[in-house]
Amino acid sequence: MMKGIYNWIDERLDITPMWRDVADHEVPEHVNPAHHFSAFVYCFGGLTFFITVIQILSGMFLTMYFVPDIINAYKSVDFLQHKVAFGGIVRGMHHWGASLVIVMMFLHTLRVFFTGSYKAPREMNWVVGMLIFFIMLGLGFTGYLLPWDNKAYFATKVGIQIAESVPYIGTYIKELMQGGEIVGAETLTRFFAIHVFFLPGALLALLAAHFFMIRKQGISGPL
Amino acid sequence: MAHGHKSNEKVVFVGDSRVRKKAVTGPITPPDYSAYPGKSEAFIPNFLLKEWMVGVVVLVGFLVLTISEAAPLGYPADPTNASFIPMPDWYFLFLYQFLKLQYVSKDYVVLGTVAIPGIAFGSLLLAPFLDTGKERRFYRRPITSILMFMSLISVFYLTKQSWDHYQHELKITNTIPEQILREEKAREAAEEAAKSGVPAGQPAPEIPLVDAKDPAVAITQKAQCVACHGADLKGNESSGIPSFHGIGDKFSKEELVDIVTNGKNNMPSFKDKLSAEEIDQLTTWLSKQKAPAK
Repeated sequence: MMKGIYNWIDERLDITPMWRDVADHEVPEHVNPAHHFSAFVYCFGGLTFFITVIQILSGMFLTMYFVPDIINAYKSVDFLQHKVAFGGIVRGMHHWGASLVIVMMFLHTLRVFFTGSYKAPREMNWVVGMLIFFIMLGLGFTGYLLPWDNKAYFATKVGIQIAESVPYIGTYIKELMQGGEIVGAETLTRFFAIHVFFLPGALLALLAAHFFMIRKQGISGPL
Repeated sequence: MAHGHKSNEKVVFVGDSRVRKKAVTGPITPPDYSAYPGKSEAFIPNFLLKEWMVGVVVLVGFLVLTISEAAPLGYPADPTNASFIPMPDWYFLFLYQFLKLQYVSKDYVVLGTVAIPGIAFGSLLLAPFLDTGKERRFYRRPITSILMFMSLISVFYLTKQSWDHYQHELKITNTIPEQILREEKAREAAEEAAKSGVPAGQPAPEIPLVDAKDPAVAITQKAQCVACHGADLKGNESSGIPSFHGIGDKFSKEELVDIVTNGKNNMPSFKDKLSAEEIDQLTTWLSKQKAPAK
């Protein structure tokens, strides 16, 4: 039955080569932790992706309860944290995952850096990877405001003040981020939209490029 | 057929505009690892299972952390709260601390916000075009490696310094971070509730002011107590300003005299603003502020 459905789709779309390419490609020994324990450093990239998936899933569940307005944002997070079944766990995963993804990405970057894997012909993949790094920092910055407690509010205020000190365009950046004269209702909806739509969209596109390039070029050889 | 589809395909496309496959090669040509020594293996399932083993170790650690440490939540944002010490998330601390250094702040702030981070992150972004040599081993490319090590040391050092500075600030202002304070209060309330049998989560009963018409109330206005403790004299819990309601249960009259005369924590001394009689009158009234007997 399942096989029949698969064949029916495959005849029309020829999907077999796509997943067979992913499944069958050879992974060399020097990155395999089963052969060399020290090769676990090559796992950091995969782990970053793993935590990113956790972030996306837990974030999707958080938006079921979160209300992005200044009256209800805090209340909805409070409700989620203390009243909803397993709400504290889901929010905990998103909160700690945000730190863990930075840690993993940092370690992955260092591995690539110190093994010189960014060198020709993989320059573009390094650049895309750094862009992913900046997107992640942006996700961290915008997500920090959303619970709308004092910590969130004052950290964002300081962050925007720092952005404002950029010459010439500082005030424009500030107003673009705040959506007005103060850190307030507009800022919260804006950060929410950036955190939930804009940056994840950019992130997924860059991740796709990152993975496409690593498949195309293969992992860098042993040192 | 005019469109030249392969005759062994079961589905016939009319007006076939699909991109023609080039002979033999698939969509992506996997690199040949036969040149590498040792055993290579297929990605799925062989290698992915091994990577998943590492993933499981990480996942267990992550879930233990999630279950043992609840995500912090302070009190609702209050823009008028002047005593709050702002803190970004830990991975921004190094930048935050960096901007406090003498030559990248105030008049030179452009150096701190644009120039130096721009050079640092810009060169990281463009590393492959700056370090173009063929050599990959880090100990054979000393300049790149030393620059990276120095950056890492500075980042760790600045992060540590920022955190220590924050702890120091908390100490001198005698502040407990909100999220911790809130958690402790919730725990105390739960314990209290367990003792008294009142279900947890119920708001504490309002304590009415005793002798609300007392002439001492006029003193609270004259001395500007209301400026911090609020017109309703209920204080501001999130800023650590105590309520006058029920304050008599927490402090004796002598203690209250001492607090008003000499100040406490963020509260200033009122020695010069109020006469001894006024302080006496005020604290007598304050010490009467006890919760009604149950």
